[in-house]
Amino acid sequence: MPGTPLPDAEELLAALTDQMRSHVGPDCGLIGIHTGGVWLAERLHHALGIKVPLGTLDVSFYRDDYRKIGLHRDVKPSQLPFDVEGRHLVLVDDVLYTGRTIRAALNELFDYGRPASIRLAALVDRGGRELPIAPQFVGAAITLAPGQSVELQRAGSGRLALVLHEA
Amino acid sequence: MWLDPSNPQLNKNGELHHLLSIEGLPANVLWQILDTARSFVGVTQREVKKVPLLRGKAVFNLFFEPSTRTRTTFEIAAKRLSADVINLAINVSSQTKGESVLDTVANLSAMQADMFIVRHAASGAPYLIARHVAPEIHVINAGDGRHAHPTQGLLDMFTIRHYKENLSNLRVAIVGDILHSRVARSQIHALTTLGCPEIRVIGPRTLMPSQVESLGVHVYEDMRQGLKGVDVVMMLRLQSERMQGALLPSAQEFFKYYGLTEDKLALARPDAIVLHPGPMNRGVEIDSSVADGAHSVILPQVTFGIAIRMAVMSILAGN
Repeated sequence: MPGTPLPDAEELLAALTDQMRSHVGPDCGLIGIHTGGVWLAERLHHALGIKVPLGTLDVSFYRDDYRKIGLHRDVKPSQLPFDVEGRHLVLVDDVLYTGRTIRAALNELFDYGRPASIRLAALVDRGGRELPIAPQFVGAAITLAPGQSVELQRAGSGRLALVLHEA
Repeated sequence: MWLDPSNPQLNKNGELHHLLSIEGLPANVLWQILDTARSFVGVTQREVKKVPLLRGKAVFNLFFEPSTRTRTTFEIAAKRLSADVINLAINVSSQTKGESVLDTVANLSAMQADMFIVRHAASGAPYLIARHVAPEIHVINAGDGRHAHPTQGLLDMFTIRHYKENLSNLRVAIVGDILHSRVARSQIHALTTLGCPEIRVIGPRTLMPSQVESLGVHVYEDMRQGLKGVDVVMMLRLQSERMQGALLPSAQEFFKYYGLTEDKLALARPDAIVLHPGPMNRGVEIDSSVADGAHSVILPQVTFGIAIRMAVMSILAGN
């Protein structure tokens, strides 16, 4: 079932950057969720001129599907090279769907300290939330047919692109 | 649960179900453990050193042989995964060994155990237990007789990789009582599987297993010869009871020929690292100045050991 063509990831990132520019100060902690979220956060970190070093999160140790499918292979280390305590944070992810990844990320963040606030930026929001989680910044909302999924990929040149998968 | 009878550690998908020995495990399983452990090192440096992976699981430390360090690091690892940990030190009376082990395990299984960490003086005891537990229970070998100590071998690999990055261009020497050492056996299998090109074993002939060359190692009786140009020196603990068995004349003489001193270490590469599984006999297998010196990575080994055990438990419990 051919849906609407996927938007261009680079254009969405530009739109996301514009939205965030006046709301995300240089002292905010920007945290990308592995793997696509880290690519986006790297770009946003540069474009927004953020002074605090970039944080990365792998939520594998907090996922709620561990008992069903076990530990994800290829777990990456989480790195938060700044103090979370009292800081305004922005979580960055590529595709926002059920909200379960964000739930896991929130739990992990609170094991580092008590942030002043956490906001959420996503490149695309495909709906289908199973938890009460909403993004503050979003590149675009898209609609996918059941069984379809969308993935962010990064070319060797660094260029980002969205790719559609059929189940 | 279907387990391969030839390799009871793996389930039908080739995933780790028990960790009994490094021998027979494919490289990708070892790399997965090492990679996962790297992420757990980060967890142990945080404000809250815990993740919720094993919340609600019961991990039983089943120690039929005394151990403080290994038991403690397993306990810390399990607690950092949010498991409940029950420590049992069991004195085996030799005449009822086989039967009592299985009875103990059956009783503990009835208490809803999810994982057994087993240390036993008899080689193969963890295999016996793994064969008899319910399919959802996982068994980790924490040292069995002279056979294997897989988490020690893995934490040594983690330590080497941490300092040397790549194992495929290293010359590694293992020194001491190779014959009685389950640690040495696990180290050799791990190094071989992970592609270490040159493994040397150094020790007196009386403490060298016959046909050890068949494991793909080079044997040196002369320690100075064996240490030449190595990147990694792995010392083994000399068990004092070996001294009484006429295998060795005295601790002093052992130290003279096989103790790691600064002048012997100078024959290795200038950036060589020194490992020891602990607890150390200072002045028997290692000189204090080396143990506390710039080449020693003995204390980081302990820290990494917790991350390795967290990785193994979380991979097993999820498979």
